[in-house]
Amino acid sequence: MELGVMVGALVDGLGLSAWIFVVTLVGSLPLGIVVALCRMSSFKPLSLLAQFYISILRGTPLMLQLMAFMFGPYYLLGMNMGTDWKFGACAVGFILNYSAYFAEIYRSGIQSIPKGQYEAALVLGYSRSQTFFKIVLPQVIKRILPAMGNEIITLVKDTSLAFVLGMAEMFSVAKALAASNVSMIPYAIAALIYWVFCLFIEFILGRVEKKLAYYHD
Amino acid sequence: MENMPVVNLSHARKAFGSNEVLKDISLTVNQGDVLSIIGPSGGGKSTLLRCMTLLETLDAGSLAYGDVKVAEADSTGKAVYGGKDVLARAKKRYGLVFQNFNLFPHFTVLQNVTDALISVQKRPKEEALAHGRELLAKMGLADKEDMVPCELSGGQQQRVAIARALALDPDVLFFDEPTSALDPELTQEVLRVIRELADEHMTMVIVTHEMAFARDVADRVAFMDGGVIVEEGPAQQVINNPQHNRTKAFLARFQEGAAD
Repeated sequence: MELGVMVGALVDGLGLSAWIFVVTLVGSLPLGIVVALCRMSSFKPLSLLAQFYISILRGTPLMLQLMAFMFGPYYLLGMNMGTDWKFGACAVGFILNYSAYFAEIYRSGIQSIPKGQYEAALVLGYSRSQTFFKIVLPQVIKRILPAMGNEIITLVKDTSLAFVLGMAEMFSVAKALAASNVSMIPYAIAALIYWVFCLFIEFILGRVEKKLAYYHD
Repeated sequence: MENMPVVNLSHARKAFGSNEVLKDISLTVNQGDVLSIIGPSGGGKSTLLRCMTLLETLDAGSLAYGDVKVAEADSTGKAVYGGKDVLARAKKRYGLVFQNFNLFPHFTVLQNVTDALISVQKRPKEEALAHGRELLAKMGLADKEDMVPCELSGGQQQRVAIARALALDPDVLFFDEPTSALDPELTQEVLRVIRELADEHMTMVIVTHEMAFARDVADRVAFMDGGVIVEEGPAQQVINNPQHNRTKAFLARFQEGAAD
């Protein structure tokens, strides 16, 4: 097979990898905040539930979780989810898994904000939600950006785990090409593309970090 | 209404666990008063200020801002706080300047001063910005409005914090050791601003370790120790001629210094 064709097929697969990447971030970045707030809630049952959620999702392999969401509805509940369910299972699995990691990063950031910020906001009359969204969260984002960057870069490569669901993302394509061509070249090209993807993400993260460097505390 | 005190605190008690920090404190601040609270660390000054600014809740006693009854003592003396709307109304009556400024680091100087006006009090943006600029000019910071707090000196930051508190047009301004985090030179620039406010008859309650400042600027001084107000009276009298032994002992070092 010609190199150009191989690259073309892999780039097609990259489209699905990028879809998983974007869907995961869009879902888990906000969900992580919710989980973190539950985890820090003074209402004990809610906090314990969030701790349990985080523990399970961090304590079992993502690959296994993807399979559970893929086959669970049928084997556990007898529900027939249709042929497109793999996209749903993939999205749910990735979003929940990453929300658990993000929740702990958010928590570390939220707990690092000095008490004085809350007190100043309280005296000035800000409501609780205004205090969180206007005063606390923007400072949290700056503080957790490096840790978030780590997870986001990991996600780029974790998208390859969707191969267990039979999704034609880039790693699955590379595997198929390697088998049919009896060659390691497709893997090498895939590796290069993952790396370029990560370089792009690093560039974006660097820009955001620079944008937030206008102040320190 | 005319003669109602700006703040009235009576029979206030506060304990952290078994540690009684405020023991039956009563305090009245009238329109135009400048009251200084002095005393050793751990004497309850900060807790008193934090209870009055609703950062802590009283165990017993009552607290009112003018006609807004924040907390009232029930038949056993226990402090019963009003609802959310009452607390929200009370919060419009006072401002607080912190020891560590507690400016919002991600906001510019002007945003720090005006954001609460815009997003809490829902004033028109242009009006709020104009008011904010006016206050910054008064604080001698007219050229700093686009800077962020980390670009300013401690003294400048504290003046921004004072402008931020003044922006909401409070009836009374509380200061919690406003110069304790500053070196002597920066201390002077902040004290100058507070002195100007006193000249304009701003009602203020100032917890401070600056005895000369308390004597010169305050009308009244209260000496607090062990959770009680040991002595209260006209500033000159309490600081130059204290009556109680505890006050004398506390002020002895200051007076030695002043005699040099």
